[in-house]
This record gives sequence, C-alpha cells and structure tokens, in this order.
Amino acid sequence: MATAGPDTDPTGFNIHPMDQFLLRPLFGDQIHWYTPTNATLWMFIAVAAATLLMVAGTRGRALVPSRAQSAAEVTYGFIRKMVEDVAGREGAKYFPYILTIFLFILFANVLALIPTSFSPTSHIAVTATLGIAVFVTVTTIGFVKNGPGFLKLFWVSEAPTLALRIVLFFIELISYFIRPVSHSVRLFGVMTAGHAVVKVFAGFAGALGIAAILPITAIVAMLALELLVAVIQAYVFTILTCVYLNDALHPGH
Amino acid sequence: MEGELAAMGQYIGAGLACFGIAGAGVGVGNVAGNFLSGALRNPAAAGENTAFFFIGIAFAEALGIFAFLVALLLMFAV
Repeated sequence: MATAGPDTDPTGFNIHPMDQFLLRPLFGDQIHWYTPTNATLWMFIAVAAATLLMVAGTRGRALVPSRAQSAAEVTYGFIRKMVEDVAGREGAKYFPYILTIFLFILFANVLALIPTSFSPTSHIAVTATLGIAVFVTVTTIGFVKNGPGFLKLFWVSEAPTLALRIVLFFIELISYFIRPVSHSVRLFGVMTAGHAVVKVFAGFAGALGIAAILPITAIVAMLALELLVAVIQAYVFTILTCVYLNDALHPGH
Repeated sequence: MEGELAAMGQYIGAGLACFGIAGAGVGVGNVAGNFLSGALRNPAAAGENTAFFFIGIAFAEALGIFAFLVALLLMFAV
C-alpha cells in the first residue's frame, strides 16, 4: 500500500478508502514482528467472542435453551451437518478444526463491520495463513489416510483415452495447487472490496455537506449487504475446507 | 514524462483488469439462475442442494476476485 498515505480533509475526517487497512501498533510507533497491532487486537477480539459464545452458551445446558445457548447450538449443529454432508462420516473427526475456522472467520468478518474497527480478514497475511494451514492439513490427511493412493485424485481413470488422462492429470495438478491461492484470495478480496466501497461512499459524504444524506443511505444499504457477505464468506471458506477434506478422505473420482 | 506514462499504464491496466469481474458476474448469475430454475421445478430437492449452489458461486466468483486482485496490485503494489 505504497501510495495510500495519510490523506485527511480539513475537518480531520479520514476519507482515503485504503487507509482503514493500515496496520498501526498499539503501543509506540515502531512495528517489529512481535509488536501488537490493531490486527492482533481485532483477531484477539474475534477469538474471545467465539470463545465467549461457546462457553457462555454451553454453561447452562438447559433443556429449554436460553438465547445464547440457542445460538451456540444452532451454529454447532449447522457446521456439524455440513461436515457430515460434504465430507462423510469420516470427516466428522476433523469437525473441531472446521468449527474453529468457521467461528474465527465469522467473528472476524462481522466484528469488522463495526465503524472504526479493523478487519483482519482483509489482510492477505491472515487469510493466506488460514488457507495454507487448510492446504497442508488436508494434503497430510490425504497421504496419511490413503498413502500413495492419494495420487489417484490426479489420475482420472474414467477418462476414455490415455492422452486425455495425461491432459487431465496436468489440469488436476494445477487446480490442486491453485487451491490455497483461490481459497485465501477469495476471502481477502471480498472483504477488502466491501470495506473499500463503504469508505468510498463515506468519502462522498464528507464532501457533500447537507446532501450527504444520499451517500449515507447508500452506506446503510451497503453495510446490510456486507453483513450478508461476511456470513456467506465464512460459510464458503468452511464449506470449501470440507470439500477439500472430502477429496483427501475419498480421493477416487 | 516516462514516470507519467508508467502511471497512466497502471491506471489503464487497473481499469482493464476490472473487465474480468464482468465474467464473474455472468458466472455467478448463471449458477444462481440455474439453481433457481431447478429449485422451482423440484422444490423438495432444493433444500439439500444449497451447499452445491454456494460452492458453485464460490468457484465462479474466485476468478473475478483474481481480476480484482490484479487491479489492486496495479494500483497499490507496482
């Protein structure tokens, strides 16, 4: 973000659409690898919120659930069903990992919609870590479960001729190794784009004076859409993890 | 002058990269439209296939986001 310098209008209202993604250290003004920044803070808040939902939700264990328990149960059941539908019964073993990913991304995305907050999932470093972790985990599971048989994933034995199988082998190979890229860039791109659009409209509102009611209405509508997108992206990241896990557990075509 | 030309190329390239997003729009619309027409013909089967609907949308959308990423890289990283 070389060109996204601090750009403020005379009222001090910050309107550069990319400024919201700048990392700022919480203490001092130097950034080292160990410095807590606003990204660290909001990732911590996301983890704390997810933990709070599950701990507070399961404390009562009432027969008639409270609101918190209901929310925790619905989330748990939804992801549980998704894992079993997509990855089969064997996939249920990896359900804790998938629920963790879902809750982290969900809370990171949704909490980022609070004005003046920070969106950790709009940083490729965060989403790439999640994507590469899924890729490495799933590939390891594939080789541990199936041994060399995992390579059948790349060899489409239903294809009619040998030449076609060789072509498909390379296509499958490329599409396998592009997975962590598309997996992480999707989340990063959608979150960055959404937040930048909201900030562009906020820039219009800063410049228009009394007519700012129009862009502010647009911001409200955009934020409603962003709430939907935040939840759908968490869902999509999780379901793709399940799809990749299914490929690792059942590599045949 | 050369720096200005390079900056102009960056902006034009970033704008051109956004054409890729149109393809993602066509793809996502295609998935959603076909899902809807299928779901209206057989509403009973619609509920359990929404997962495939979202997976299809995610795959179609990824390519548009690659185009958006190229635009972002041209604007801020080159």
